[in-house]
Order: sequence, then C-alpha cells, then structure tokens
Amino acid sequence: MKADVLIIGGGLIGFSAALQLAMRGSRCIVLEKDSAGRHASGVNAGGLRQLNRHPAEIPLSVAAAEMWHNIDTLVDSDCDTRFPGQIRVAENAADMLLLEERAAMVRSLGFQHEEIIGRDELYRLAPALSPHCVGGLISRKDGYGRPFHTLDAFRHKACSLGVEFHSSTRVDELERSGTEWSAITAKGEFRAPVLVNCAGAWAGRIASAVGDSAPVKPGAPMLMISERLPHFMDPVIGAASRKLSFKQMQNGTLLIGGAHMAELNLEHQTTDMNWAKLAVSARTVMALFPQLKNVRIVRTWAGIEAFMPDNLPVISSSTSPGVYHAFGFSAHGYQLSPVVGKIMSQLILDGKTDLPIEAFSIERF
Amino acid sequence: MPACDGPTIVVKDHYQLVIIGAGPTGLSAARVAADHGVDVALLDEQSAPGGQIYRAMESIPPARAGLLGDEYQHGRKIVSSFRQCNVDYLSDTQVWSLNSKREIGLLQGDEPLMISADQVLLASGAMERPVPFPGWTLPGVMNAGAGQILFKSHGIVPNDGVVLAGSGPLLLLLAWQYMHAGVKIKALLDLTPMRNHLRALPRLPRALMARHYLAKGLVYKKDLKRAGISTLHNVSDLHATGNDHIASVSFRHRGRQRSIETELLLVHFGLIPNAHLSRAAGCEYQWDRSQQCWRPELDDWGGSSIDGILIAGDGAGIGGARTAEHAGRLSALQATYALGIIDKYERDQLSRDDRKWMHDDLHIRPFLESFFHIPRKLLGVPDDGTIVCRCEEVTAGEIRMAVADGHSDSNQVKFLTRCGMGPCQGRQCAEAVAHIVAAAGGEKVAQGGHYRGRPPVAPLTLGQLASLYPEETE
Amino acid sequence: MFKRLDENPAATVTVTIDGVQFNVPAGETVAAAVLASGFGHTRTTVVSDAPRAPFCLMGVCYECLMVIDGKPNQRACRELVNDGMKIECQHATGRL
Repeated sequence: MKADVLIIGGGLIGFSAALQLAMRGSRCIVLEKDSAGRHASGVNAGGLRQLNRHPAEIPLSVAAAEMWHNIDTLVDSDCDTRFPGQIRVAENAADMLLLEERAAMVRSLGFQHEEIIGRDELYRLAPALSPHCVGGLISRKDGYGRPFHTLDAFRHKACSLGVEFHSSTRVDELERSGTEWSAITAKGEFRAPVLVNCAGAWAGRIASAVGDSAPVKPGAPMLMISERLPHFMDPVIGAASRKLSFKQMQNGTLLIGGAHMAELNLEHQTTDMNWAKLAVSARTVMALFPQLKNVRIVRTWAGIEAFMPDNLPVISSSTSPGVYHAFGFSAHGYQLSPVVGKIMSQLILDGKTDLPIEAFSIERF
Repeated sequence: MPACDGPTIVVKDHYQLVIIGAGPTGLSAARVAADHGVDVALLDEQSAPGGQIYRAMESIPPARAGLLGDEYQHGRKIVSSFRQCNVDYLSDTQVWSLNSKREIGLLQGDEPLMISADQVLLASGAMERPVPFPGWTLPGVMNAGAGQILFKSHGIVPNDGVVLAGSGPLLLLLAWQYMHAGVKIKALLDLTPMRNHLRALPRLPRALMARHYLAKGLVYKKDLKRAGISTLHNVSDLHATGNDHIASVSFRHRGRQRSIETELLLVHFGLIPNAHLSRAAGCEYQWDRSQQCWRPELDDWGGSSIDGILIAGDGAGIGGARTAEHAGRLSALQATYALGIIDKYERDQLSRDDRKWMHDDLHIRPFLESFFHIPRKLLGVPDDGTIVCRCEEVTAGEIRMAVADGHSDSNQVKFLTRCGMGPCQGRQCAEAVAHIVAAAGGEKVAQGGHYRGRPPVAPLTLGQLASLYPEETE
Repeated sequence: MFKRLDENPAATVTVTIDGVQFNVPAGETVAAAVLASGFGHTRTTVVSDAPRAPFCLMGVCYECLMVIDGKPNQRACRELVNDGMKIECQHATGRL
C-alpha cells in the first residue's frame, strides 16, 4: 500500500495533519495501533484555552482559536464547542500580583487576549464561586469542546477527502529504502516518501526508529466527572495558585482535572487512580465551590499522554530525510490540534511555516 | 441504618483477608478463614447477611419463609454458622474502589475510608441479565428478582395480578412462590424457544446426575399447572405498552399476536456475574459461550489475573447457591494458604470434600445453560426504537448507526453516544451493546466487547472524597 | 400494584411521599414503601422527562433515584425508611 504521506497515530494531531495535507491534494494513510482517539485525544478535558500558554505556544494558540471559532467550516461540525471564556481565579493579593505580571508579559509580546478582571466582573461571570475571591485573569474567547466528537469530525472529513485510515494496525518496524519509508505492520507494508510521527505517548519509540531521540515521558493525568446538574457555571475555571481545571460540560456534568497523575502501566495500557491526589483535587474544588459538597463523582479516568521535559511539544522536521514530528503536547494539545495540522502541511509541502516553530524543534534535546 | 445492635466495629487500616459480599460465598469463606485464625473483614452493602438469595434470612417471619421453599431455608444454616465466627463484619458498607495493590475504598454509611488487604475475595454474586425489549423502561416493568426482593424482605406482593415473562429457573421459582402466597398470576410467558429442548438433550444424561434439581423443577411446573396458572411456551416478540406506566404486554404465541392487560410485568432472562468492581480493579475477563456472559479468568482456587484477588460464587460464573458455598470455602482455603497459615498439603486435604460437592453440583449446569439459552436475536435488540441505555436513553438504532459510522467497539460507541455514561455506569446496557455491536459487524463479543471499568463503582461525593488523605498536599 | 401481606406490622414510622403522609413498616426500604403506598414512579429522566420506577431493587439499575430529606440522587432501594423522612419524586437532575 503506497501513499504520499504515512501518518503514525490516529489521534487529533494525526487526523488534523491528514486533513490539511489531503486538502492540498496529498494522498495520506493514517496508521493507528488501537482505535481512533483511543488515548489522550479521546479522553482529555476538552479545554479550548489560549490562557496561560507558554510564550512560544501563544502565536499557535491564538491562530488555533481563530480556527476553533470557525471549526464547522473546517470539519462540517461545531464539535459541540462553547466559548464562555476561561478564568484563572485570584484568591488573594499575592495571586492577583502573579496574574497582573502575567497579563503584562503577554501584552508585551503583542497579544491582547489575557485580561485582568476585578471582583465585580469575576462574580458577574462566575457567581457560583466562593465569595473570598478577589479577581482573575480571563481569556474571553476561550471555552471547551467535546474531544471524541471533535476527533470523529476530523476523521470523517479527512476520510471524505480520500485519507485512508487503518485502525488496529501497529507499526512494528520502520525501514528506509531509497527515497521511501516503509512501515511494517501485521496488516502488511505501507510505503510513502514522507512519514509523520504523531504517535503521542509512543512517539519516542517511533522517533528512535528513525534515528532521532526525544525524551518522551508517558503519563496519565487523572480526570473525574460528576452526575448531571442543572446549569450554574459558564466559564472554565482555573486557579492562580492551585492545580485546577473545572468546567460544567454541555450536558451539565462537572469535569474536574488538576494535572495529577495516575499510576500507569504502559504495556497493558492500564491505570490505577491516585486517590490521595484526587482527594487534594476535591479539596481544591471545595475551596472554590463549597456548595458542591454533596455532588457525586460517578467516574474517574486517566488517558495516556506524552509529556516532554520542558512541557513544550515537538513540532519539527526530523534529522532523517522525509520524516516529521508532531507529538508531546503534555496535556494541552486539544486546542492546538487544528493549527498543528496546518503547520505540518506547510512544513511538509512548502518547507516552511507561517507560524514560528523553532522552539519546538526535536533537536533541542 | 444498621439493623443489628452489636457494638460499633473499629475498622482497621489493614486486614489479612477482606471479603466483599455477604451471600453464601462470602459467609462460607469468612467462616473457614476465621476458623484458621485469619484476620478477616467481611464487607456488605446490605444491613444483614444473606446476599440476594438468602435475603432477610434473620428477620423474615417463619410463615413467609415457609412460602419461599427449601432452598431458601438452607441459608439459615450458613448465616447462623457465620454469626458464630470472629470477623469484623461491616454491614451497610459500599465498596467504591479496589486496585491491583488491594487498596479498598469504602463508604460505611456516609463515611469514606481506605483500607488494604493481603488477600481480597470478591463474592459479589450475580445480577439479572438485562435484556432490552420494547417498553422495558415503562414503570411497572421490573425484574423477577425485584419481585422476590419485595416478597422476601418486606412481604410485599402484587395486588392486581402479574404477568411473568422470560426464560430461566428463577422465573419458575418466583411463579411457584407467588402461587403459594395467593398472588394472581395472569400468565407465565415462557420465551424459551422450542428448539432449546433439542439443544439441551445431549446434556441431559449428565444433568440426571443432579436429578433432584430437575425433579424440583418438574414439581414446580406440576404445582403451577394444578393451580390452573396459564403458562404459554415458545413465546416471542415481547412488548410492553402503555403511556406513563405499563398497561398491557403483547407477544407472539403459536403464530398469533396476543396481548394481556397488566399493570405489572416481571421479567427474567437469566443471571450474569456482577463484575463492576472486579473490572474496575482491572481483572481480566473472557466470554463464556455456554453461559452467554463474561467470566473472570480464574485458576482452580478462584485466583484472578491480579495477584491476591480471588473471585468466587456467582461472580465467577453462574453456578447457583450451593456451588457458591463450596467455592467460597475453596477460595478461603487458598487465601489462608497464601497467607502462610496452612501449607499446600493441608489446603488440598481440607478442600477435597468441597471440590467433590462442587463438581456434583455443577452437573446440572450445562443442561440448564443449553435449555435456557437466550436466543441471539433477542440479545441483539432487533427493534431500532428500543432503548438500550436506560440512563441516557440511547436506542438500539443509534448504536447500530454508530457502528456503521466506524465505531466498531463498545467503548467507541459509548464515547459517541453517551451510552453507559449515566448513573448506572453501564451495568444495564453493557451486554446488550456488546451484542448489538457484534451483530452489526463490529468487535466480536468474545474479543473484548465490554466497557472499560473505572472507579468509583458507587458514587462518592466531592465532600466525601475531600475528607480522605487529609495530610496530602499538592 | 402492590400490597403488604402483613397488614398489622409490629413497628411503623411516618414518612411523607410527595407531600402525602403514610405510616409504613419500620425496616422497609424507601423504594418498597413507595411502591407499596401506590406510587407508580420514582423519578423522571434527564433526557426526555420520561417517568421511571424501580427495575432491579438491588442497587444496580439506578432507576429508583429519589430526593430523600432534600438530598437528590439517592437510590431508594438502598435507604431504609426513618420516622419523619421526606421522600420526593426526582425530576431530571439533582438540585445543587
């Protein structure tokens, strides 16, 4: 089976790249060892966040936000997105100082999307917050979507443009012969001159197989979800000095994250929850929303994600010819995924990109 | 709301053996382990011991107990034997988490607690196989087991007559118990297909080795016939109809569409292991074609795929109450051996009788499994409009559409449709979804076909969670 | 739909179900008391407001969710009646 581009990894990054390449006429094959969106892409917190990004990511995130606000022209689906804003809440003067410094820094880079708000505006937007908060930092155009449905939309659109998708197809070996890469799988051999590594937590292995090295650390950030509740919260809430990601989903359930890790067995793809850390998360929620004491958590889970030591992804060409990398999004890739696909298509087809990606080079390690 | 008046037990952080479930398996296991000096905690969500089959054993008035038959009475011995042994019996206790390190999250009433164990025996028994059919979510449609629970625990019976429908020994038993209690049974609709008689025939010789069991079934049937209770055989196309409540049940019998007015329909389609906690713990499962259910992968002693976690009784595979007793004792002996309290020789010696009796008890099973085999068509929910996920109201048609759209396993279907994401967390829909997916060309049931299990397996409030591990910080 | 075989229980408690007072036997589960007192359903669904009633009575179907003493989403089959208990049909989601 031959194509123009082989993409390893059937998650958001892989399908976003496939879509953009197919839109420009490339014949792509996506190879996924499990099912589409089986790992981080399908089970993340769905945050569409420009807020609080590393400066290197800001230009990408701002461009991605533009794409999200028009996502249905890209993938024929609104992905159930909502944009009520994301707020980092300040609970005291020290928090507020932190946020003000941040806001100033972002402005100095030429971006306006992070705005300081005072107490009145905070409680106008999030009346359910415990009354002790003093203000916040808001990105008004931020919001959330539904990751699995997003992935589904990208997959459908990509396949409608001719992208070939093979699930349950793990790449066992990679070989180069002449100007072609050959991916050897149990379902046969796939060949293309271009190879794109979007293999998430497994991207380190793929990188090694093509002669690169990238210190990918698989991790499993925990999430918990509540029963459905009547709607009471619009914006997504984080905290200036606590680990918290708190949102009320479209269907009324509360999705709570906090970047705490489960115990991961990568080989078996299983996780054991760390209840001590989930208890800390629960205490954090209670500090900001004491009235939620009797809300019931019905499920916890942890998807398998790729973390890089500097928490920045790898978006780059490889040292090996014909290979490109897009992985390591360290639990904040959902929002970037539409623009990363575009960047990959430019990198591959034009040899250069509109947005700056030097900070994401694989050679930085 | 504990029923017993004993002193409050101070729960320890750690036990040598924690048993989850106070039915025949757990009670028998507790006795054996305690007799060998094992430090045991027995956890159960109900207020009193007995599990499902021996529910209300300690509180039931003798007259009502008499109506339930001999098999029920047998439980009295097991419960009283348990009461004589020295274990920490934690009733009204819900387990919400178990992991591979045998750390257990529990709720004692409303208080959350974490304990751990060297050995864990899961004895959570069975639940009725949920088989969706048109109208099954209407108020007034319940499981036959629900009827039994009302009867055993509370002496509550149908007032205006009842229709019983389905396939399985429990249906016959309930009909017989109701008959003795003077309940008006409008009809017993037996959905066992005629061809099952032929199917089961080769397994009859072995079943005859447990002929007391067969004989009992025949006695029940004879009694029902003598009482003039209408039993229709080879029924199909079961539908419940009504607006806010069931008003009638319709079905196909001898080529004709028929309908019976009723405000109460009790259904039964066999039993399946209660697997929610063990799946959340990560135990491996495999599909059993004869029992038409997933069973945990176990060794001869009930050892699961996770070291130190054993599963016995109906939770390991449907074997009935007597088998459950023996299996509980075998697993308890294994745990006792694993703890170093007895050696292999003692374990093997002490287990010989239970192994033999269990082997004898199981003679009837292949026959019953064939005879009461639920037709694949029924399991596959043929009618598109039938609700499959009761909690999120996802229909069979929507599931088939999801499969056609490329979502070829239960988990993908779940992510797309929200099937299995409601309060019951897939308990009532997992089987049906797996069968529908397989029939629609997706992942075969035997290849996995089940939602991934995740804790908590009973809801935990944010406040309860927040009260755990008070020393832990970010 | 249902009746109690023993019409003279030894001990009773007083509860209200959707505002109506009933004397029910002590030791009954809320679900049993609701059914035996003639109520056809325990809740209406989140998705379509459809009425639902207990299905399994053993804690695995979550159809019997009711508001008990102001707390929503309580499985009525797992709670025993108490004197003065306020039992209400739950409409859709729990309240905060």
